Amino acid sequence: MDALLHITTLHYLVLGAALFLLGVIGVLTRRNVVIVLMSIELILNAVNLNLVAFSRYWQGMPGHLGGPGALHGQVFAIFVITDAAAEAAVGLGILIAFFRNKETVNVDEVNLLKW
Amino acid sequence: MHELIDYIQSYLDPRVTTTPGAAGNIFWATVYILLVFGGLSVAVIAMNWLERKILAHMQVRLGPMRVGPHGLLQPIADAIKLLLKEDIIPAEADAFIFWIAPFMVVLAAFTVFVVVPFGPTHAITDMNIGILFMLGVSSLSVLGIVMAGWASNSHYPLIGALRSSAQMVSYEVAMGLAVLSVILLTSLQGSGLGLYGIGATNPQAYGTLSMIGIVQAQQEQGVWFIFKFFPLGLVGFFIFAIAMVAETNRAPFDLPEAESELTAGFHTEYSGFRWSLFFLAEYSAMIAVSSIAVTLWLGGWLRPFPNALSGPTWDLVFSLIPGISFLLLAAMCFYNVARMPKHPLFKIQTMGLAGFGAVLGLIGLVMFIPAVRDRVNDVFWFAAKVAGFMYLYIWYRGTFPRYRFDQLMKVGWKILLPMGLALLILTAAMGMRTELWAQFQEVVHGL
Amino acid sequence: MNPVATPFFFYLLAGTMIIGGILVITRKNAVHSALALITTLLAQAALYLMLYAPFVAGVQIILYAGGIMVLFLFVIMLISIERAAKERQFNKQWLVGIVAAAALGGLFITIYTTTTKGKELFPEGRMTYGESQNTQQIAALLFDRGAGQYMFAFEIASLLLLVAIIGAVVMAKKRI
Repeated sequence: MDALLHITTLHYLVLGAALFLLGVIGVLTRRNVVIVLMSIELILNAVNLNLVAFSRYWQGMPGHLGGPGALHGQVFAIFVITDAAAEAAVGLGILIAFFRNKETVNVDEVNLLKW
Repeated sequence: MHELIDYIQSYLDPRVTTTPGAAGNIFWATVYILLVFGGLSVAVIAMNWLERKILAHMQVRLGPMRVGPHGLLQPIADAIKLLLKEDIIPAEADAFIFWIAPFMVVLAAFTVFVVVPFGPTHAITDMNIGILFMLGVSSLSVLGIVMAGWASNSHYPLIGALRSSAQMVSYEVAMGLAVLSVILLTSLQGSGLGLYGIGATNPQAYGTLSMIGIVQAQQEQGVWFIFKFFPLGLVGFFIFAIAMVAETNRAPFDLPEAESELTAGFHTEYSGFRWSLFFLAEYSAMIAVSSIAVTLWLGGWLRPFPNALSGPTWDLVFSLIPGISFLLLAAMCFYNVARMPKHPLFKIQTMGLAGFGAVLGLIGLVMFIPAVRDRVNDVFWFAAKVAGFMYLYIWYRGTFPRYRFDQLMKVGWKILLPMGLALLILTAAMGMRTELWAQFQEVVHGL
Repeated sequence: MNPVATPFFFYLLAGTMIIGGILVITRKNAVHSALALITTLLAQAALYLMLYAPFVAGVQIILYAGGIMVLFLFVIMLISIERAAKERQFNKQWLVGIVAAAALGGLFITIYTTTTKGKELFPEGRMTYGESQNTQQIAALLFDRGAGQYMFAFEIASLLLLVAIIGAVVMAKKRI
């Protein structure tokens, strides 16, 4: 019970893993492209949570890797958010171009190159 | 019980130098939240009355005169009418999103006030990312508007919502660039008062994003940022002033919601209480972006002319101004009481106006007491500057014709964005001018 | 300052995120999924605040919830998605997908239980570092001439955003 009440870094890691699993299930099982893209955003968020939780962990550790200025995880998380924005923009652009051609948003029907 | 009283007193007794949120005091943070919420509601009601009266007088007519003395009870009558109206949801509308959209807009508009600084310690909390938080949360209202237009399942709201959100997103870019140029200015060195977060003697002084820190940077540098590096501060202020009017969908940028254009745009299908939520959110957003403009460029809670007219006598004169202004308002009320028609049916209105004037006069007299005077000074100057901005909003509505949508987007992207970028580069160059000049001379001597 | 009622807020926010995540992957209506994702992102921003990372929380609110989700909602409204809500939602290999995700979950559980057995469970920092200098420290890491290591990555990220803007505009044009 005390392990549940005292929040450690492990709690954040488990939460990140759970979100990652939900995102993976969404990517693998849904047919709608927009929802697949949103599941990818869930995955990226889980990764960000891990990064920021570990940066907090290192802030509490002494030594040359740690200390109050060890914010490398947070800077990495900012770059991940930037990349997620770029990827969402391009992905949705592709989706719009595809929708204009085939009038459908199902992933199963993106099969023009299938033999 | 004794610990509770000690806990409450612990924030009051020594002159604590932080906001209740930063001090971790939940009780006083809740008190401040309730005060800000109540003050905001009163301000929105007053704005409603003021808008109708001022717009009417600009158009050489009188506005509401019947409901209370000079229409003072008109906002209350409007509120009662809106609450009692039938709640209509269009058929085929997505009920859940239709229900939640006004709440998202209100949430975004009200949460912003958590970091608005009414004084050096008079804010609910002082986040390290103050201005970033305000810009971010106010961009969440775009989501509510898009969802309101979508859930109404009708052409006009959808087009209105898409236009409105495109406009808000475009002008957020210009706003962000103007804000960024001010954040650069906060890192300049000041007179060494050594205030919160500003290292005046540290050559690697960092700027600050916190709202209280920005006003203290202006206090330390001794100049409001609107006058800094003249005319750069002024240009930044103008960019922000135009962008904030477009951001809140107000005239002359109100094409998405004007009644003559798109039958009221994204809130066409909303009636009664839901419409009043949108209207509440719009006025709160206006006050919020005006607070940003006041904090960043006009010196927040600082009184005018802190350097040119400094010293204890000038401080005393400026601290009497709140009381004098309320007494002036009371005098205007009594003057209008004297001008009321001497008809027996007007007796109640005359008495009501006299009572209102008496209340205002009483508040003015209370503001002369020295203990109240010191505490109220900061809040009064902040509120007075925001009230000036509210008057400007109403003035714009009464004066300018509406922008067509393509003209609106052209102004946002092709005029304000390049101006903002040029302003950013020039501000950075002016702030670093000694270092840049030294490096330039090195290069020239090396040739 | 001491954190207040930390386990309560952590479990509240974690529950919100998990429920939001489940709603994202199970809703038929894409707009409902987007709303659930917005809730998850805002709860995550609050979790970042609990981890004393206010700048990342602000960036998350501005970029993710206020930018990317607006983009998603625009696209959902531009393509007529009502017809898609009436079709079959889950694809034919949903069982394989669930098995793969379960295997991944098993891998996570194995890692977290074996590597932390016998050690302290990643204890929270011994001192509570306040957040009053967080933005300034991130700025030091990004921009400082002496101590900053991420200046190059910052420039590359801006180049990436330029490529993404041009790419998105070209992809969505009607005639190139």
